[in-house]
Amino acid sequence: MLNLKCPNCEITADETDLHCDGQAHIERFGTGASDDDLETYLFMRHNPKGVHFERWRHVFGCGKWFNVARCTVTLEVFGTYSAQSLVPPKSLINKIKKKRPEWEGFVK
Amino acid sequence: MSTRLSTGGRLIDRTKLVEFSFNGKRLTGFKGDTLASALLANGQTLVGRSFKYHRPRGIVASGPEEPNALVGLGGGGKFEPNQRATTTELFNGLNAKSQNAWPSLEFDIGGVNRIMSPIFPAGFYYKTFMFPRFAWKHMFEPFIRKAAGLGAAPTEKDDDRYEYFYAHVDVLIVGGGTSGLAAALEAGRVGAKVLVLEQTNTWGGRAPVDDVLINDKDSSKWIKNALSELKKMPNVTLRARTMGAGVYDHGWATGYECLTDHAPEKNGPRHRLWRIRAKRIVTTTGAIERPLSFAGNDIPAVMLAGAVRDYIVDYGTSCGDVMVLATNNDDAYRTAIAQVKVGLKVAVILDARVSVDGALPNQARKMGIRVETGMGISKVKGSRNVTGVSICLQAGEGVPLEEIKCDVVAMSGGWSPIVHLWSHCGGKLNWDANQAMFRPDPKRPPLGADGTGFVIVGGTANGYLDAKSSMQDAISQCRKTLKEIGYKPTASIPLKAFAEPEALIEQIWQMPQGMSIKLQTKTFLDYQNDVKISDVRLAALEGYESVEHTKRYTTLGMATDQGKLSNINGLAILADSLNADIPNVGTTTFRPPYHPISMGSIAGDARGKLFKPIRKTPIHQWIKDNGGFFEPVADWRRPYCYQQEGENVQEAVTREILNTRNNVGLLDASTLGKIVVKGPDAGKFLDMLYTNMMSNLKIGRCRYGLMCTENGFLSDDGVVARLDEETFLCHTTSGGSDRIHTWMEEWLQTEWWDWKVYTANVTEQYAQIAVVGPNARKVLEKLGGMDVSAEALPFMTFVEGKIGGIKARPFRISFSGELSYEVAVPASDGQAFWDMCMKAGAEYGIQPYGTECLHVMRAEKGFIMIGDETDGTVIPQDLNLQWAISKKKDDFLGKRAHLRSNMVDPSRWKLVGLKTINPEVVIPDGAYATDGIVRENGVKNMIGRVTSTYFSPTLGRSIAMGLIEFGPDRMGEIIDFPTLEGKIIKVKICDPVFLDPEGVRQNV
Repeated sequence: MLNLKCPNCEITADETDLHCDGQAHIERFGTGASDDDLETYLFMRHNPKGVHFERWRHVFGCGKWFNVARCTVTLEVFGTYSAQSLVPPKSLINKIKKKRPEWEGFVK
Repeated sequence: MSTRLSTGGRLIDRTKLVEFSFNGKRLTGFKGDTLASALLANGQTLVGRSFKYHRPRGIVASGPEEPNALVGLGGGGKFEPNQRATTTELFNGLNAKSQNAWPSLEFDIGGVNRIMSPIFPAGFYYKTFMFPRFAWKHMFEPFIRKAAGLGAAPTEKDDDRYEYFYAHVDVLIVGGGTSGLAAALEAGRVGAKVLVLEQTNTWGGRAPVDDVLINDKDSSKWIKNALSELKKMPNVTLRARTMGAGVYDHGWATGYECLTDHAPEKNGPRHRLWRIRAKRIVTTTGAIERPLSFAGNDIPAVMLAGAVRDYIVDYGTSCGDVMVLATNNDDAYRTAIAQVKVGLKVAVILDARVSVDGALPNQARKMGIRVETGMGISKVKGSRNVTGVSICLQAGEGVPLEEIKCDVVAMSGGWSPIVHLWSHCGGKLNWDANQAMFRPDPKRPPLGADGTGFVIVGGTANGYLDAKSSMQDAISQCRKTLKEIGYKPTASIPLKAFAEPEALIEQIWQMPQGMSIKLQTKTFLDYQNDVKISDVRLAALEGYESVEHTKRYTTLGMATDQGKLSNINGLAILADSLNADIPNVGTTTFRPPYHPISMGSIAGDARGKLFKPIRKTPIHQWIKDNGGFFEPVADWRRPYCYQQEGENVQEAVTREILNTRNNVGLLDASTLGKIVVKGPDAGKFLDMLYTNMMSNLKIGRCRYGLMCTENGFLSDDGVVARLDEETFLCHTTSGGSDRIHTWMEEWLQTEWWDWKVYTANVTEQYAQIAVVGPNARKVLEKLGGMDVSAEALPFMTFVEGKIGGIKARPFRISFSGELSYEVAVPASDGQAFWDMCMKAGAEYGIQPYGTECLHVMRAEKGFIMIGDETDGTVIPQDLNLQWAISKKKDDFLGKRAHLRSNMVDPSRWKLVGLKTINPEVVIPDGAYATDGIVRENGVKNMIGRVTSTYFSPTLGRSIAMGLIEFGPDRMGEIIDFPTLEGKIIKVKICDPVFLDPEGVRQNV
């Protein structure tokens, strides 16, 4: 059972207190979007074996959303950060690169 | 025969007799016995029948690895199948029954399978039940279902209680043997928060049985001292009878505590599931002895050498007067020595190794025990109990050289470290050929949240079989662990453990080496699932190379013991058959729990009323007291109708509808979702959420709105009221309040976080009571207070004020098509307001009504219901709700998706009304319309389906709504709805508004 620290309330919570809602940093395409952009927005998701950025919500806690960077293979958590960000923080990306030199880097 | 010895037994109290029964036979044992030791003490070697061949089986082991001695315990609501006799502590009145035997253990009809065993080879099911195809459903499956299954499932509700415990610790230590205790002392002394779990009721593990000396004294002295030191430490918790069941991600573990299994007279929960979060988990779980694979190794009284020793030393019980010991290692000699020490006989020790010169073998020789080296068992004699063995050269093919009479065979194929907990979360293993065992690879541990290994294995479980290095390893592993989590280990207190040194084991996977096929078919690898050497070899011959596949094909290791005894032996045979090395064949995956745990413990307190809390409105109790017939609506309970005396449900619904349409009805609408959306950007935000324009709604006005997902599908609907310039109150469906509030927050927190909007779910802050019907205004006017006239409070508006002295906010909104006030009052005043309405309304014929009346009335008006007219694939345009979709707005959620080619396809099924030609016939719920065309695949072509269908008492006929292909263009057309009974209902397409299409009744 994963154990993640909510950056909003600073509580380290059990997975049963949390809800995962898939890939983070998806760009919204609304009115005027091309079919391809709409398809990407609605349906196309990363499924990496390794570093992944996800949206989580502290459902049975403060109720707030946050983002998590973790490894889908080892479940190592590189960090949690505010959901109010368009890309992961630089410091976090550097931290991951240091730990996983072979990592391709953040891809939107 | 097995029997109780006149002396000895360190765990039993001979002054306390315990009475129990086995298959109805009344027997006695002593306090401290397990069911297994007590059965052996009573000479009961035959305890069960095997699963597949119904072979007679006896007790093999002394711990949770026991494959055979499974019994059903207790009766009625306390019945529990598949309990291991070896882990069941004896208590007065214990009532055990053997399994898989009918009509009796001694005479078992299923035993005929044994004679037929040549026709049940590996993969028997797969090979046999393939053809003919129809036979599976009608012949094979019913037969297998009857024959399969271990034990019998309980038929009554479980009488016991179960509970959870939560623990957060620095170090969890699993296994309370000498290694575990030594590790616990290390962790406890530095002040770390420690939890130590031991699955049995005895601390210290096998050390006292194996004559281990610690600091030059009997190990039991050290164990006693260690326990008393640990008990004094406030930071250390010790739990006996608690098994470390599973290890999961990020240092999560479960423990399974048995509280009253051994003492049913005690009050309180039976089992407790510990849910533990640990920074580090140290497993000192010891090892399990492996059987040797020789013909007849499953006959009752063929036992593990270590178990035989346990029964002598721990329970003062002999497993037989004359023993033959077969081994490939030195440790087993301890059993022969123990047997002789208590005055019993050892006929011969058969050591498969050619050169045997260790301290223990020499001690045995000195005691006058006959030791034969390079020898093995060709075959065990006997059926319900061992009567003797024929011995042979290990290197040969099994030619019997000599027959030796005996009544117990002790065997040891070496010891396998218990690495389950290490492996549960991905820890990898290395093959140690010298010691013939898999042991944890410290370089490939299960990783925690920080990317470091969080399970540490110590002692015997780590591959250190002798007492001295085992304890040293546990201590050094624990000290290393403590450093990792920031503790400074104290200066070590010197500790010296000693046991007789042991020479190397030799890998012996079958006995004799070149055993004939005939002998292989009598040599069992997995006792519980009846898998023999011949089965695994056949699987290999048929091309099975992967151990995971072979496991499933042969069922090796798939029984409730999960292959604790059989896995390594089976793996070695598979490797040999494939001419591969053992590590290249690999192990199967270990999965939690280590040993079966009760379903009750997993459920904990979450049963009955506590399974899921229900939500109750302020009127709930009144509804209950006044004939309310409840139905679940999301987590709420709402009255389907209110039954009066002598009335059935249908009659009640009809009465409620007619009364509401003709007089006045009262509905508890408190479950309606109520979300306040506030802030300078609230209007802009709601414009994005709803398909309608909300930002231009005037203060004091209401507007019906629709919400879509980004896929364009309709997700919720409800009335929005504007309370002031910056404040909106959004009503959602009863089931949607939490979901929609979450949906709003998701957008505000993850997409438009710079918008100044705040939301609050105030659903439970208000009771909402709908006063509905032609007399509704009269009722409210009689209560007195604010002006509720058509002029002061027109349709689709609201005003705040007081009615009957209670602060109220009546909304002129209607879901019934009648004159209707939905009055929001503070939840605490809800019941008072309801009572006032009932009292004041009496003269106007007021009656409460339930959800079914609400449904029928809204269907009569053609109002859609989320979940009836929508199912996650329906867009507003399908429901002719274009009028509620703003054309002025640049964007809203789902707008772009509405333009997808499939969404603008004119052949989409669209909402229409449906009138049956025969007005008495109501279309069945979920019925599909067909057009007479049969598709290529033989299925009738479907052109629509019914979404809401009722008998309308108001109109005196059946009405329905449905989604029909090109529906609105087909008004007046008659289409077919076939029923499940093969009939066809003729239905005319019509406008979905059946009653008062001009809306005269509601707008007065």
